[in-house]
Amino acid sequence: MITAERKPMEEILDYISPFQRIILVGCNECVTVCAAGGRKEVGLLSSALQMAFMKDGKTLSVNEITLERQCDPEYVEELVAHISQADAVLSMACGCGVQEIAKRFPQKPVFPALNTKFMGASESQGVWSERCKGCGDCILGLTGGICPVARCSKRIMNGPCGGSTNGKCEISPDVDCAWYLIWERLKALGQEDKYEDIIEAKDWRPSWHGGPRKIIREDLVE
Amino acid sequence: MGNFEPIIVAFCCHYCAYTAADMAGSMRLSYPANVKIVRVPCTGKVDVQHILQAFQNGADGVYVAGCLEGDCHFKNGNTKAARRVIYAKKLLNEIGLEEERVEMLLMSAGMGERFAQTAFEITEKIRKLGPNPIKKAKKS
Repeated sequence: MITAERKPMEEILDYISPFQRIILVGCNECVTVCAAGGRKEVGLLSSALQMAFMKDGKTLSVNEITLERQCDPEYVEELVAHISQADAVLSMACGCGVQEIAKRFPQKPVFPALNTKFMGASESQGVWSERCKGCGDCILGLTGGICPVARCSKRIMNGPCGGSTNGKCEISPDVDCAWYLIWERLKALGQEDKYEDIIEAKDWRPSWHGGPRKIIREDLVE
Repeated sequence: MGNFEPIIVAFCCHYCAYTAADMAGSMRLSYPANVKIVRVPCTGKVDVQHILQAFQNGADGVYVAGCLEGDCHFKNGNTKAARRVIYAKKLLNEIGLEEERVEMLLMSAGMGERFAQTAFEITEKIRKLGPNPIKKAKKS
């Protein structure tokens, strides 16, 4: 999922302080799962913002709407009926959702309430960790299903480096050494020989280094 | 400020604090009428949203009263509630309200006296803090 965290209240308040009526838009997908921008978080932020306004003797009317997906124009369309009654939109989606709303309503100020963080997985209740960088050329098949691009601090393709100690990375004892994990996994699979294969220098063009990316599925394009 | 009577919302677990409140009644112990009890099946049912809404609707203080550590009828609802209270404190802080306005308390069903005593203590603490600043702004 795409993970995110709420911005500091001060920053959000700075954005919306000139307005009196806002739509606070949540998203029912990734940000709901990582407890950053789903229906519940929308309710919480709405209460907090209204109280912050009331404290200053002002009023804020908040229309709370949580869309199925903010990154899809079909769902963003649901805001059309409400947009004229709002001075601004505050989005609790990832950066994709915020931009979809900005694109659909060019005349309406749109602000992010979240900082989009990374593509990750749930490690345990309330803990999410980065797992994928979206490099555009997956090598998990070579590395025992553990990604050195996302999980090695140096993105080393043939590791570990000298900073690996007792399975931990030199940047912090809380960070696993990805190459230690890869080696352990290859051992468990009986594929130690794979470790001997040298992975060539990675072509980063399919990643962001080639500029903003796009996927076109000809069979689906209308 | 002298005659300020705070409104305090107490989310009380059915298995402990609520029964303790009953016990206080049976023991003929009085406690301040400022405390408005909301009975919940477990403090684990209390969400940060409930706490915020209490403040938004004019409460001056809120407390969540659950079972003693290790005694939760639903295993760990009270520890979850305690973490949510900490989160609520953080949120209150962020919007400029005193975090002391919300507290987590633990007690057993037999602690009628403790219920009455904490109701007094919290009422006095909130009385000292003064009215919820939101309410003040609303009135002016």
